Amino acid sequence: MLKKAYVYIVFIFLYAPIVILALYSFNDARSRGSWGGFTLKWYVALLNDKSIIQALITTIAVALIASIIATVIGTFAALGIYFMSQKARNWVMNITYIPVLNPDIVTGVSLMLLFIFMRIPAGFMTLVLAHITFNVPYVILSVMPKLNQLNPHLFEASEDLGASMIYTFFRVILPEIRAGIVTGFLLAVTLSIDDFVVSFFTKGAGVNTLSVLIYAMARKNVSPAINALSTVMFVIVLLMLIIVNKRTKNEEILN
Amino acid sequence: MKKSMAAFHYIVWMVIFTVVPMLLILGYSLIEVTDNGVIHLTLDYIRKCFEPIYLQIIAFSFYTAILCTALCLVIGYPIAIILAGDSFKHKNTLIFLLLAPMWMNFLLRTYSWLTLLERNGLINRLLTLLGLPNHSILYTTGSVMLGMVYNFLPFMILPIYSVVSKIDSNLIEAANDLGASKWNIFRKITLPMSIQGVFSGIVMVFMPAVTTFVITRLLGGGQKEMIGNVIEQQFIVSGDWSFGSALSALLMVVILVCISFSNRKGTAEKGERGALI
Amino acid sequence: MKKSVILLTVAALCLSLFGCGDQREVLKVYNVGMYIDKSTIDDFEKEYDIRVVYDEFNTNEEMYVKIAHNENAYDIVVPSDYTIDRLIQEDRLAKINKENIPNFEFIAPEYVSPEYDPGNDYVVPYMVGTLGILYNTTLVEEPVDSWYALWDERYKGQIFMWDSMRDVIGPTLKMHGFSMNSEDDSQLAVVKERLIAQKPLVQAYVGDEIRDKMIAEEGALALIYSGDAKTAIDENENLAYVIPKEGSNKWLDGFVVLKNTQHLAAAEKFINFMCRPDIAIRNMTETGYTSPIKEAWAEFGDNPVMFPTAEELDNCEPFLYSESATQKYSDIWTEIRATR
Repeated sequence: MLKKAYVYIVFIFLYAPIVILALYSFNDARSRGSWGGFTLKWYVALLNDKSIIQALITTIAVALIASIIATVIGTFAALGIYFMSQKARNWVMNITYIPVLNPDIVTGVSLMLLFIFMRIPAGFMTLVLAHITFNVPYVILSVMPKLNQLNPHLFEASEDLGASMIYTFFRVILPEIRAGIVTGFLLAVTLSIDDFVVSFFTKGAGVNTLSVLIYAMARKNVSPAINALSTVMFVIVLLMLIIVNKRTKNEEILN
Repeated sequence: MKKSMAAFHYIVWMVIFTVVPMLLILGYSLIEVTDNGVIHLTLDYIRKCFEPIYLQIIAFSFYTAILCTALCLVIGYPIAIILAGDSFKHKNTLIFLLLAPMWMNFLLRTYSWLTLLERNGLINRLLTLLGLPNHSILYTTGSVMLGMVYNFLPFMILPIYSVVSKIDSNLIEAANDLGASKWNIFRKITLPMSIQGVFSGIVMVFMPAVTTFVITRLLGGGQKEMIGNVIEQQFIVSGDWSFGSALSALLMVVILVCISFSNRKGTAEKGERGALI
Repeated sequence: MKKSVILLTVAALCLSLFGCGDQREVLKVYNVGMYIDKSTIDDFEKEYDIRVVYDEFNTNEEMYVKIAHNENAYDIVVPSDYTIDRLIQEDRLAKINKENIPNFEFIAPEYVSPEYDPGNDYVVPYMVGTLGILYNTTLVEEPVDSWYALWDERYKGQIFMWDSMRDVIGPTLKMHGFSMNSEDDSQLAVVKERLIAQKPLVQAYVGDEIRDKMIAEEGALALIYSGDAKTAIDENENLAYVIPKEGSNKWLDGFVVLKNTQHLAAAEKFINFMCRPDIAIRNMTETGYTSPIKEAWAEFGDNPVMFPTAEELDNCEPFLYSESATQKYSDIWTEIRATR
């Protein structure tokens, strides 16, 4: 009983601000302090706010593009690292840990310096490049454990049976490590959407992600339309999670 | 073709986008451009980092981050153990619910605390209703700490949970059958086996905590600044990139040293953030 | 599942990159946040068939870093005096041909020819105002008339300061009778000590949220710009604005065109459009700030916050730029912020 109560308290702590945000998205008064009655006007305002919609599109586009590229690079990298000699492997893994362990602010600043140094104008491109860079290591770290679980003779068997390397990869290896790749991809999307610091330093003119937009707003006053947006986003995420949850359960039953 | 060549693109990528930028940071912290465009080496910026005022701020950042990590551990460890146990039927759902807030923008989550903590905010109104005295909660060390624990708690719970939930239940049953007390089962089985998760959790909470500048800005109101704020200020306000780079480089070195030290102490290579998954 | 992800990506890409794939000329404008009636931009786009990419910044310093390291990022920016001064000194601006800006004639004479740009070769004023103290008359009993009010122990924890180095250091210099642009080391040392002593009294160093905080009565006294003060007073009648008797900062934010622009003609059209009295009225109404376009003033009566008296203005000075001073200011500022 005590255990349950404790868990509930922590969940209340985690959800209190989110509930508040959702409530205030229906608040007729503009300021955060007072309650002016129920309204849906912020949802209408949201649909009409070009900058918020644009930022939402940019956020999703950057997250998806960067995560897909990072997943591809990361999967092949994991495969390559798997076949490396112990020494080379240690080296590469150490470099892989740099973006993971580096403070966001150092990663962001250093990438900004790089783009200026290479004369790549800051914009959508730089944002995607930066996001790929901090995403790839997470994909590798998700895929590696699955590779390590592989039966090392699988490759040999497949090759002995005359399968080409490409065939071996797609038909033999890929199905085995699929779960790791999917987790890596989801992790990359999550990190990408939630990132503020790196985006802040590497974005260009007219390119705003939601995080950057909200940070700019938070220093003035956050439009209640943002509350509406986060409520919508949260409901979508919740629905997605419920669907995924149901599906895995069904699969479990089938298996 | 060697199979390890599959990592070729990745290695090229990492050299360009990770190794070179790190070298650039080091470079910036070591050079000075004079008025007539001459570039020469200098240690002034590195030296400036060691002035008492900045050392103080670094110390404060580490102190705050350590406190935050400790709080997350104290709050999060029991949660992870309870969730991994059999108190709840819908374990997966609860883990999903734990993850769900992370899909919302962290700035928004932090921002909404303002509404709760303000002088005329909800918490103070509640206190007034109950006839209790008001407190200024916002813009204190407390509000910064709250924001940090709030944002980073899931990073502590998840790695511990994922390690503990993999403990073979036969092991615990066997111990039970052999008459071990609950406390002994925890002490002899659960605790040692969860250590790796704890290490991952500590790294994952400590790292973002020590360098955050957003939480301190929003909930600290410029009163409780940390090293991240000073670095941000050098790049965004003062335009003193050399000093900003020097601070970044110093921070990087300190953290990498800490990590490699703790690595040697406990965590296996593959642990770390991989345990999140 | 995979297909839908790919489809989504392609769709998102198209929207973000080619969605606006029209042939119109593009003008990139970089202005302070919440500093315009955005519908005026739509009207400009329709009238001149030019697409405007509109971006916002928080502080002059942040904006300067962005344009200094990426010279093609924007065409028009809207900095304050000292940053305009700096951009001129560093030769980063294009000359504006005033013949292409006939509406320039509507600008009140007192805002023409600032000392860093006599003849307005580079800058066309957009908004003007003063820096002062906004206070809550129910929380502060006696009328405020001096900067010293921000150091009053009685209001500990109820004071808001700007998170901006010039706006904090300037008034403190003025309070001691020094120039707002002082570079004198001994004067700056006095100021630094003052500001560090003030820190325990300050609730927070914040940005534009000061306005909402004051409206919500979260504090008693705040450093504020006149336009924000006007909006705040409109929303909460307990608030009052004062330009302290020691004098203050009078400021001007103006349109400047960056040197590397490929769209000077379009930029001039934009600036001219914004100087049209009816447009100026809309921007004044939306932001609460004062446009220098004299024709627009009648609309707002004789609001003392928006239109300070000549004596008040004479007592004020603009912020100017000097490299050595900026270095000193930012060192002081870093130290103030780092002290606890």
